Amino acid sequence: MMFRLFAGLLALLLPLSAVAQEKVLRAVLHADVRVIDPVWTTQTIANIHGALVYDTLFGNDADQKPQPQMVGKYEISLDRLNYSFTLRDGLKFHDGSPVTTRDVIASLKRWGAKDGVGQRLMGYVSEMKAVDDKTFTMTLKEPYGMVLESLGKSGSSIAAIMREKEALTDPQQQVKESIGSGPFIFAKDQWVPGSKAVYLKNKDYVPRSEPPSSFAGAKIPGVDRIELIWMPDPQTAMSALVNGEIDFWENPNTDFQPMLEKAKGIKLLKTGKIDSTQGMIRLNHLQPPFDNIKARQAMYYLINQEDYLRTIVGDPRYYKVCPGLLTCGGPYENDGGTQWMKEYNPKKALQLLKEAGYKGEPITVLAATDHNTITPATQVLIQAMREAGINVDVQSMDWGSVVTRRAKKDPPAQGGWNIFVTTSGGVGSANPVLHTWIGASCDKGLFGWPCDPEVEKLRNAFGMASTEDERKKVAKELQARAMDDVVFLPFGQWDIPLAYRADRISGIVPNTGLVVLWGITKK
Amino acid sequence: MTAYIIRRLFAVIPVMAVVALFVFFLLRFAPGDPAAIIAGDDATSEAIAAVRAKLGLDRPVVEQFAVWVWGLAHGDLGVSIFSNLAVTRLIAQRLEPTLALTLSTLFVAVALAIPLGVLAAWKARKLVDRLAMGFAVLGFAMPVFVLAYVLIYFFAVRWQLLPVQGYVPIAEGLWPFAQSLILPSVALGVTYMALIARITRASMLEVLQQDYIRTANAKGLATDRVLLLHALKNAAVPIVTVIGIGIALLISGVVITETVFNIPGLGRLTVDAVLKRDYPIVQGLILVFAAVKVVVNLLIDISYAFLDPRIRY
Repeated sequence: MMFRLFAGLLALLLPLSAVAQEKVLRAVLHADVRVIDPVWTTQTIANIHGALVYDTLFGNDADQKPQPQMVGKYEISLDRLNYSFTLRDGLKFHDGSPVTTRDVIASLKRWGAKDGVGQRLMGYVSEMKAVDDKTFTMTLKEPYGMVLESLGKSGSSIAAIMREKEALTDPQQQVKESIGSGPFIFAKDQWVPGSKAVYLKNKDYVPRSEPPSSFAGAKIPGVDRIELIWMPDPQTAMSALVNGEIDFWENPNTDFQPMLEKAKGIKLLKTGKIDSTQGMIRLNHLQPPFDNIKARQAMYYLINQEDYLRTIVGDPRYYKVCPGLLTCGGPYENDGGTQWMKEYNPKKALQLLKEAGYKGEPITVLAATDHNTITPATQVLIQAMREAGINVDVQSMDWGSVVTRRAKKDPPAQGGWNIFVTTSGGVGSANPVLHTWIGASCDKGLFGWPCDPEVEKLRNAFGMASTEDERKKVAKELQARAMDDVVFLPFGQWDIPLAYRADRISGIVPNTGLVVLWGITKK
Repeated sequence: MTAYIIRRLFAVIPVMAVVALFVFFLLRFAPGDPAAIIAGDDATSEAIAAVRAKLGLDRPVVEQFAVWVWGLAHGDLGVSIFSNLAVTRLIAQRLEPTLALTLSTLFVAVALAIPLGVLAAWKARKLVDRLAMGFAVLGFAMPVFVLAYVLIYFFAVRWQLLPVQGYVPIAEGLWPFAQSLILPSVALGVTYMALIARITRASMLEVLQQDYIRTANAKGLATDRVLLLHALKNAAVPIVTVIGIGIALLISGVVITETVFNIPGLGRLTVDAVLKRDYPIVQGLILVFAAVKVVVNLLIDISYAFLDPRIRY
């Protein structure tokens, strides 16, 4: 009797032993998982979720070369108009059903209707046809050199393969279930939006045999369970990592790095040479004064990248002056147009602005107040503009309000804007087609709406290029042209290291452009 | 009494209607657009407009209000714009941590504050009183997050006695559950302790000057019986009022404590929903909070009748 009572009390006092024996990876990322459809949104966190749950036909490797992932073999016709893809063996969705070409074609159509890179690809596709359950063909109207790269991209909105049932959902609506064929299964019943998302090892997943390389190669689920824990307070995240309550912290604040470097069992890891963040100042090409190219070019004289990078990052080990628009360290880094970034001269900036017709009207800057890099970068810009004698109208607001207001094309006095600051991932920014902010497709483009047919022509030419040398040549011409038009002003590149418990976990896959947690094993 | 309670419960309906109307239109007229947040950084204006249309956010505000009220009338608080999950499910997920934190905080606060307040009143204007009230003022003046970080540093990081963060449901074990609540309850409880202690002292001082207390002392009753049975019971009405207000405040969210200790409670759900412009969640939560406040106030009023037989409704 006494023994039973004691056993009962012990069971009440101790945590569930089954949970304790599992290998659980607890990770704190930059945001919480609120959206489970990586196609519906371009939010990075939704793509991290997507990369765990869904698989893709291709994956771009550390050199940004596309490698087959779900595809076993593929053929490209000599005229580069016909592609034939055959799925590899053993692909199964988490509900046990096999992945078929019907699922694949429906998924690609939905992704191609929503994602910018997908839309560009689908612009070239005349037909996608299932040959049988495992083989399908893609026919192009004209050759396009970025087919495989687009299918394997890891930045925003990966080309996730869903079940046909979900893939037939309107692209403007979120899918209701997140059932993929990737290395981890989303435990929806344990999901607490704003707090925790749980993923369970997909024991049926058959990884590729090649070693992991960025978004390509073997995706081995190395732990039984992943818990993505959302911690809005970085101080708490740091204490939790030091105390061993979490294993992985994606974006430690730079001021915590010295403490983390000294902490026992913790290591900081720079994830790769282009897995960085690029700072961008975007001007509104529709509204004066920046509807005038000379006024836009004047803004180059207000950029001293070191000022921004010291303010945002501080430690020179983690930042890099990068005067171009394409990621420095990436395959298409070049010096086209970078002469614009050579001189910091506020007086000259004002003089050029005046020559462009600026008469001291207020210039509206959307200043985010709650972003760990965009907020300080905006303050540096405002300071430089004031130093030049520009009439700055600072509109302070949370980031949620910035993303709303920047979509407005109205004049600043009627709720529009002139300038906002944003960032882009280094992996995506390394490629002129995947880097959507470099585009200048007028109304169809991103906020700021640069409009230069020559830039778009060069982006297409990059996609059409058949050799690497040709691509490099086009990339240089494109960057020079885009910088002349001032599609955006770059203010540097930084690479804040992630922090992890090196005494407990290993196998972090670097240089992905997206945090991927496959491959990580825990002691 | 029964008629009074029924009358008060009926009075909830117009209060909730006003709250619903106010919250709905305030949110719609505030800047921010959930469609832009959902679409993400790389979305074009057209993509944002398409999402907005699919979410029904481009419809006239009055029509949106009518749809929401129709849902409410059927007991449906709506669905989160972001997660597609029912607002009732999201609130239910956060209820246990919030209730656990509320009760444990009040336990800490009341257990410390009432003895402290009674002691300070008994030894009024003496050193004990000054020390007790000095401690209370310090507790009230110290920001919760400062105390929280100090507690985390010593008890979690340095001595590794307690976890830094997180909430463990009671179903996963009593000790892990208690461990996860100790530091947040102490950090938050100190503030409430200070408030309750000062009210207890003031109320006790007033009662201790009454004739019946002098009579009780003159009859030779033991001091503890005079203080606890005669004085404290009669000083209880304002103390219960403060405790009741504390319950309502704690349930409607202690964002800083929940953030610092990473407790997934209703306060954080509210703030996150406001920042993301997840209208259905904010609307649902405000209604729930309003209902909690009304019910707690009613319970406080009812308790007066039990504590003081002279009060009748």
